[in-house]
Amino acid sequence: MKLPDKYGHFGAFGGRYVPETLMPALLELEKAYEHYRHDKEFKEEFQYYLRQYVGRPNPLYYAEKLTRKLGGAKIYLKREDLNHTGAHKVNNTIGQGLLAKRMGKKRVIAETGAGQHGVATATIAALFGMECEVFMGEEDTRRQALNVFRMRLLGATVTPVTAGTATLKDAMNEAMRNWVTTIADTFYVIGTVAGPHPYPQMVRDFQSVIGLEVKKQHQKIEGRLPDYLVACVGGGSNAMGLFHPFLKNHKVKMVGVEAAGFGIESGKHAASLSAGSPGILHGNKTYLLQDGHGQITPAHSISAGLDYPGVGPEHSWLKETLRAEYVSITDDEALEGFNVLTREEGIMPALESSHAIAHVLKLAPTLSKDKSIVVCLSGRGDKDIHTVADAMGVKF
Amino acid sequence: MDRLTQRLATLGEHNDKALVTFVTAGDPDLGTTEAVIHLLADAGADIIELGVPFSDPMADGPTIQLSSERALAAGTTLEGILATVTKVRTSQDIPIILMGYLNPIHAYGYERFCRDAAQAGVDGVLLVDMPPEESGEFLRHAAPSGLNVIFLLTPTSDKSRIATVDKLGRGFVYYVTVTGVTGMRQQTSATLATELAKVRKKIRLPVMAGFGISTPEQAAQVAAMADGIVVGSAIVKLFEQHSGAKLKSELRRLVGELKKAISPGPA
Repeated sequence: MKLPDKYGHFGAFGGRYVPETLMPALLELEKAYEHYRHDKEFKEEFQYYLRQYVGRPNPLYYAEKLTRKLGGAKIYLKREDLNHTGAHKVNNTIGQGLLAKRMGKKRVIAETGAGQHGVATATIAALFGMECEVFMGEEDTRRQALNVFRMRLLGATVTPVTAGTATLKDAMNEAMRNWVTTIADTFYVIGTVAGPHPYPQMVRDFQSVIGLEVKKQHQKIEGRLPDYLVACVGGGSNAMGLFHPFLKNHKVKMVGVEAAGFGIESGKHAASLSAGSPGILHGNKTYLLQDGHGQITPAHSISAGLDYPGVGPEHSWLKETLRAEYVSITDDEALEGFNVLTREEGIMPALESSHAIAHVLKLAPTLSKDKSIVVCLSGRGDKDIHTVADAMGVKF
Repeated sequence: MDRLTQRLATLGEHNDKALVTFVTAGDPDLGTTEAVIHLLADAGADIIELGVPFSDPMADGPTIQLSSERALAAGTTLEGILATVTKVRTSQDIPIILMGYLNPIHAYGYERFCRDAAQAGVDGVLLVDMPPEESGEFLRHAAPSGLNVIFLLTPTSDKSRIATVDKLGRGFVYYVTVTGVTGMRQQTSATLATELAKVRKKIRLPVMAGFGISTPEQAAQVAAMADGIVVGSAIVKLFEQHSGAKLKSELRRLVGELKKAISPGPA
């Protein structure tokens, strides 16, 4: 069975739960995407920018020293951190930007939490000559001031959102509200595999370049497929991009790592799959953090990119069908992951990716040396240095 | 015939227009909501829309967002809202519609909600983020309860979407007059008359026009093109500015003016 179905459902999840005003725009987008994803010229142009602009394929790097230290399975890092703009986000914004151009849209909008997707959207807006407005929770504009400045340098307008909890979910509400109002000339570039259909499918497809490259690279190095895929999950786009090409390879185990914040039992976390329940938010049915009355509860994570109370609907489906396993890592464990990779390999991972690394620190020693783990290093850690310094009690 | 359909039929027979007034349930508390429902009915409202507050109201402008926050801060729940409607119903027969987002209803349980809402005396429900495509499961539970499920149409809805809403909708159709979120606006759209005429020709149900109507002048202008009007933010704004006796007198004044502006006959 090919998922999603024509209504955008992954089993009971996904769909298009949006106000009527948005429906025609989503249907128009779906039609355009259905057409262009089979269009030779579109695909070639997408590949061209991935190669010449993003710098793909990026390496599947064998972390030999870390592997030796842990004494178990071989650890490979998929180096999305080496992409232009420093994370996997740009794979998707290139795709959506090219689609926006073909649909004749002159303006793009985006929501952002950590600022990585905002920067990636502002980047392609500069590249393709489009007007760009990024909505960002006011709280996040303070935590990620450097990325706000970056977006402004790229010519984007950054609009702080003060409503609700003033974080990523509220930025997404505000982007939706803006889109409702400006639908005729505006393309909404969603940064993760969530939101109304066709976004979860479209973002997954654009990000699948990650898994497709891994498949080839691992085959070339090891002569077979990996045993484990590990990636962090906020909305879940880097994980979906890594997992998707392997869905039918049933021997390949897939592990999504959510943010446990101060610990699941503290209630201050962002682990929708591990500790949430199904509901409807931002246009799709999926696992959410909510109270017994269906009100969304605030997420917490040291990593702004994982600080979201929902998750992409296809992850909810993979969890329910047990095709993927979802675990969680606390803020402290993520910091440990950050430090270990930095010291052992000289690579500073983003705090998001540090969650995946932290899980590998637990997983690798339990596996024999002939096994292999591919972990998605979704972004580089430069943007998080201040957060890490804060956590270590260092003042500049 | 249910209360809502009956009321709309009576208005239609007298060539009168319906005034639908929106307030957020629980803003600032459910006690006030209870009193306000009676007051609105008394002041000239024909139908009450009670907003069920949600933490993430993505189709609402700042006025209703803030109102929802006040209601949630006061501890408003769907259980509490239904209890309030039950109390109101002992002495009030104005049609009451619940309007809101799907997640609180989903958390309550579709089947349980439809049964409890109908029992409390709710006449209809309008779920902003449930377009016809995603309404199948909810409609299955709503049908036996007798609740009218109301759908939205907008200036962006095409022929086939209008036909779908005509088929699935009950009670009335809520026509969103602007391509935007809720909130007060200075002007009504120039193409509104044409759009509404087109929709009314294709829809069996009465058509209520809403979003952005705040003054008696706008009310009169839009009411002439539809079967009735919905006023939300302009009323909810009063809850932001006033409380107690002053809130009540302001509500009475605004609703009275609105009803007068849309009523037929010599002004």
